[in-house]
Amino acid sequence: MSKSIRTAPRRGLGLSLLAAVVALAFGSSACATDITGAGSSFVYPVISKWSAGYAEKTGNHVNYQSIGSGGGIAQIKAGTVDFGASDMPLDEATLAKFGLGQFPDVIGGIVPAFNVQGVAPGKLVLDGATLADIYLGKIVHWNDPAIARLNPGLKLPDAKITVVHRSDGSGTTFNFSDYLSKVSAEWKSKVGEGTAVNWPTGIGGKGNEGVSAYIKQIPNSLGYVEYAYALQNHIGYALMKNAAGKVVKPMTASFQAAAATADWAHAKNFNLLMTNAPGADAWPITATSWVIMYKQPKNEANTKVAFDFFKWAYEHGQEQARSLDYVPLPDSLVQQIENYWKTEYKQ
Amino acid sequence: MSSIPATTEPVDVDRRSRTDARHDALFRLLLKACALLVLAALLGAALSTLWGGREVLFGHGLHFLASDAWNPVTDDYGALAPIFGTLVTSLIALVLAVPTSFGIALFLTEIAPAWLRGPVATAIELLASIPSIIYGMWGLFVFVPFMSRIEPALNDTLGRIPLVGKLFQGPPIGLGLLTAGIVLAVMILPFICSVMREVFRTVPTRLKESSYALGSTTWEVVWDIVLPYTRSAVIGGIFLGLGRALGETMAVTFVLGNSYNITSSLLMPGTSISSSIANEFNEAVGTHRSALIALGFLLFVVTFVVLLIARLMLRRLARREGN
Repeated sequence: MSKSIRTAPRRGLGLSLLAAVVALAFGSSACATDITGAGSSFVYPVISKWSAGYAEKTGNHVNYQSIGSGGGIAQIKAGTVDFGASDMPLDEATLAKFGLGQFPDVIGGIVPAFNVQGVAPGKLVLDGATLADIYLGKIVHWNDPAIARLNPGLKLPDAKITVVHRSDGSGTTFNFSDYLSKVSAEWKSKVGEGTAVNWPTGIGGKGNEGVSAYIKQIPNSLGYVEYAYALQNHIGYALMKNAAGKVVKPMTASFQAAAATADWAHAKNFNLLMTNAPGADAWPITATSWVIMYKQPKNEANTKVAFDFFKWAYEHGQEQARSLDYVPLPDSLVQQIENYWKTEYKQ
Repeated sequence: MSSIPATTEPVDVDRRSRTDARHDALFRLLLKACALLVLAALLGAALSTLWGGREVLFGHGLHFLASDAWNPVTDDYGALAPIFGTLVTSLIALVLAVPTSFGIALFLTEIAPAWLRGPVATAIELLASIPSIIYGMWGLFVFVPFMSRIEPALNDTLGRIPLVGKLFQGPPIGLGLLTAGIVLAVMILPFICSVMREVFRTVPTRLKESSYALGSTTWEVVWDIVLPYTRSAVIGGIFLGLGRALGETMAVTFVLGNSYNITSSLLMPGTSISSSIANEFNEAVGTHRSALIALGFLLFVVTFVVLLIARLMLRRLARREGN
């Protein structure tokens, strides 16, 4: 008897606590939807930042997991996430088979980065053919005539070029190798393009940070990194001669020029890589990543929030993207994406 | 005790022994389950890597084991370069770490004054607890620049020696098999050293004293008394270190150069099984993923073979000693 009297108030407390927790849980889910996405690590920083801004505005949280493009594609195919993000566009057959659609989210530039004594950032000029020959191991010295011809007046050392590439599979490598395939027939036949390729020469650094660290430490090295890493690590980046034959500097305007002049109108499901874009001011190694979603939503409420999130990001997330050295999509492309949503997706 | 009636005693004892027997049986079962769980986990891991890598292991068969190609674009995979890198870096690590740990352990047990033994032993154990990513960062930011400064000198000195000279000729980039081997040596040294120190302390003083009394030098005591007495435990410690070196991932990935090469030079970049997996697994799909899982299975096999060799060596030693 005395026992039951002692435990009764405690049980009461427990019940009321439980009730409070349940109320809280239901309360929060009633006014906010949490959606999940997974995939490309390239877009992870900007999606995180957008997610914070979007949550402040609407109370809805976007939980993005940076598990790699391959993982993102697998997750969206399995239907475990609301959207996937990939650095490689899916082909027509795969999209049709799984009932998926895809659209670009943000732009980033990839720059050749170098460490040569006495050559300042932005003073070195390269073109696609030369870059391909360096990565093929055919041009091995910095004072090779092919490099000298592009850089009259620049004193280049008689030193071996240490080529640096990514050791991990990445969208950066995919776009870089795609660019080299477009500008060099030999690269296309010998190496080809992929998130990881069989590098004819050079050493591999893990991630953009690994490649940046190697370039900083190894004299006379040449590698490729995302634009943001070259800026943040103060590594020398090279200018490129683009498809129009003009020497361009890597910057927001030239990345946007590439996105604007790429032939999106004829690319079904935005299946187009922006490398070697035709515009006069276009940066030749410009990349994007694709958001992949079901055309027939598996979870209507979540899908609605996902579309709302990306719409918000295109309109209001530009500053945040710029602050992380990404480049927002040009208006013309956003217009095309919103049309694509209307025609392809059931909303 | 005296207050308890004598007649109840046999009944109590009987009941107790029965419960005891039941508890014993339960305990034995529990222990057996624990032991079997380890076996099941090992078997499960081996089988699941075998299953995950079946496409490449059974589909490509010998080609996977014998080829040095690694081409994700054409889906042509060979494990030779990663296996080569794994074995070479581990071998370098052993060559450097074993004599050094032997020296440290001897110094601590035989020569060092008593007040120095404690602090140095603690320092070595602390060294063992540093996470491998820290070794990797130290390797990349401190050791690689140092190596790139001394590698030209290596080219000019050791690189000139006929035959072995080839091992030390290469570009002075600081990264490569040699650098990875040295970083690994630093990492496994504390493991080998603490095992050696512990077992050297178990050598009975009277054996050592007798030897000294017969006029042996310290070296003779160590070589003829201490080492034979502790041989199997010392070899066990060395293989513990080797096991760690074979599977080490992060530190190696930072300093190895990650390039699928089989070269005669230790200054060239290479790759290892574990660093290939760590590098590429994230973005690998299809055959590529299967190839990486198959690599994981090969690491299992390599480690198993190494342990097997250790066992055989110990058995042969034991037989020669006549035990």
